[in-house]
Amino acid sequence: MTWSEMQPLLEQACWDTLYMVGWSTLIAVVGGLPLGILLVLTDRGGLLQNVVVNKVIGQVVNIARSMPFIILIVALMDFTRWVVGTTINREAAIVPLAIGAIPFFARLVETAVREVDHGLVEAVQSMGGNTWTVVRKVLVPESLPSLISSVTTTIVVLIGYSAMAGTVGAGGLGDLAIRYGYQRFETELMWITVAILAVVISVIQFAGDYAARGLHRRGGGSGAAPRLRLLRGKAQESAATAEPVRTTDPVTADAEPEREPVKAS
Amino acid sequence: MITTSGLTKVYRSRGREVTALDGVDLHVREGEVYGVIGQSGAGKSSLIRCVNLLERPTSGTVTVAGQDLTALAGRGPRAGKELRAARSRIGMVFQHFNLLSSRTVQANIELPLEILGLSGKERSRKALDLLDLVGLADKAKVYPAQLSGGQKQRVGIARALAGEPKVLLSDEATSALDPDTTRSILELLRDLNRQLGLTVLLITHEMEVVKTVCDSAALMQRGRIVESGTVNELLATPGSQLAAALFPVSGDATGADRTVVDVTFHGDAATQPVISQLSRTYNIDISILGAAMDTVAGKQVGRMRIELPGRFEENVVPIGFLREQGLQVDVAGDAPASIPAQDAPATAAALVKEGAK
Repeated sequence: MTWSEMQPLLEQACWDTLYMVGWSTLIAVVGGLPLGILLVLTDRGGLLQNVVVNKVIGQVVNIARSMPFIILIVALMDFTRWVVGTTINREAAIVPLAIGAIPFFARLVETAVREVDHGLVEAVQSMGGNTWTVVRKVLVPESLPSLISSVTTTIVVLIGYSAMAGTVGAGGLGDLAIRYGYQRFETELMWITVAILAVVISVIQFAGDYAARGLHRRGGGSGAAPRLRLLRGKAQESAATAEPVRTTDPVTADAEPEREPVKAS
Repeated sequence: MITTSGLTKVYRSRGREVTALDGVDLHVREGEVYGVIGQSGAGKSSLIRCVNLLERPTSGTVTVAGQDLTALAGRGPRAGKELRAARSRIGMVFQHFNLLSSRTVQANIELPLEILGLSGKERSRKALDLLDLVGLADKAKVYPAQLSGGQKQRVGIARALAGEPKVLLSDEATSALDPDTTRSILELLRDLNRQLGLTVLLITHEMEVVKTVCDSAALMQRGRIVESGTVNELLATPGSQLAAALFPVSGDATGADRTVVDVTFHGDAATQPVISQLSRTYNIDISILGAAMDTVAGKQVGRMRIELPGRFEENVVPIGFLREQGLQVDVAGDAPASIPAQDAPATAAALVKEGAK
C-alpha cells in the first residue's frame, strides 16, 4: 500500500474517531456529572441523604461499568435504533459509547466531589445557602481540577472503546488498524495508526494535565487540601510551618490514600 | 441575644448513643463576647453548630435575636427558606477558615452576598469595605493559598460579616493560629464587638482566649454547662473552677507560723492599693506568693495569694481590714473555704494544660 492510498483512509479514520469520541465525551459529561454529584449528595450523611436512591444509582452504575463494551454495543441495539434510527455507522456507535462512559465518568466525579472539604459545605450552609448553591459554588468549582482530570481519563478510555465501534461499521482509527492491519496484513498501516493513537492520547493527556495543574496552582490546590487535613491533629500549633507543604506536587498529593481526618471537637 | 434552653443533642451510630449536649441552657446578652470553654469532646462544637442549626438539636430550643430557630427548622433534615434567611443573619467563623481555594479573597467575601442576591457592583463595594475593616485592603485579588493563617482568618471574619449579622459565632477561630496571631485576631474580634455592637459567641479550649476578650464565660463538661456568668460573677463565686483557671494563683506558706490568704479583686471595690494600705496600717510585712491580675477599665480584676506573718489567730484584724475593703478573702488552711477549692485546682490545671496544647 502506498502513502497516497493510505492517506485518505487515515484522514477519514481520524475524523471518525474524533467525531465519535467528541460527541460521546460531551454526552458522558452532561450525563455523568449530575449523576456523580447525586451519588455524593444522596449518600449517608449527604445533603440529600436518600439511601434507596443512592443504592439504586450505585447498582445501575456498577452493572453498566462491569459490562464489556462490545457486549454493550450489541445489547443496546434496540435502544440505539430508537435514538438515532439506525444500528450502523458513526451515529450508532455514539450511543453505546456515551452510555458506557456515563457511569465511568460518574464514578470519577463522585470521587472528585467527595474530596471537597466538608467544612466548605458547612460554611456555605451557615451563610444561608441551599443545596443547589452548595453544588454550584462549592462542590463543582472546588473539585474542578479533579473533574478536568476525570474528563481526560474518560476521553482516553473512549478512544480505546471506539476501536470496537468498527463492529457496527463506524470506522475510526482502531477499526482501520483491525481491518487493514490485522485482516489484510498491512502491517505498515497498522503501525501508523498505532503511532497516531499514541500521539493523540499523549496530546490529550498533556492538555488535560496542563489545565488541571493550572487550576491547582491558581487555587493553591484542592488536591493538597486533604494532605493538609491529615496533619490537622498535630499541626494545630505548627499551622504556620505546615503551610509550605502545600507546594508539593498536586499529583502525588492526589494519589495519597484518603483517610478520615480526626475531627477535633 | 442568643438563648438556648434544654438543648440536647444525641448522636446515634450503629446502635450506640452518644449524648453530646445534655440540657444546655445558655444565655448570651446583646453586645457581649461570650466564651464557652471546655476540653475536647465536651460538646462545645455541637453547641455552636446547634445555635445556627447546622446540627439539629434532638430537643430544646434555640432563640437568636428573638427568633425561635428550632421552630423554623421544621421536621425535615433540609433547611427551609426561613431558616436559611435566619442563618444569613448569623455570621460564623471556623477553625480551619473554610475559604474556597478556587476563589480570590474578594470573591470569597462576595459569596454570602451572592447568596443574598446583591448586584455585582454592590457586592464588590461591600467586599472591599470589609477587607479594609479587617486590614487586608491590598489582598483583594489574592488566592487564599497565598495568605498566612492569620490573614485567612481575617478573610473568614470579613466573610462572616458580609451579611451584616448581629451575631457572630466563632468555632475555635484561633485554635489553628500561633499565639501572636491569636492575639491579633482576638483584638479584631474585640474591636468589631465594640464598633459594630456585634454579639459574639465563641467556643475555645484556650483559657487565654476567654481571658483576653470575653465578658462572660461558661465552662462545659460532658455536654453540660457547669459554670457560667460574667468574669466578675465567676470571680465572686467561691470555688469557681473557671475563676481558678482564669486567674491561677499558687504558692505555699514559707513557714509554719504564717497565714496564707487568697484575695480576690472584682467589682467596684478593687480600686484601692489595698496591699500597701494593709502593710502601712498594721505595720506588717506582706509577701506576695502569686498573683494573676488584669486591669479592666481602670479596675483591678484577678486574684492574689499573699502571706502574712503569724498564725491565723494573730491576723484576724488585718484580714478583717481586707474584707472591709470589699474584697473577697479566703484563708488557705481555713477548713470551710478550702474544701470547695480543693478539687478546683485539679480541673483548673487540666484546663490550663488543655489550653497550652
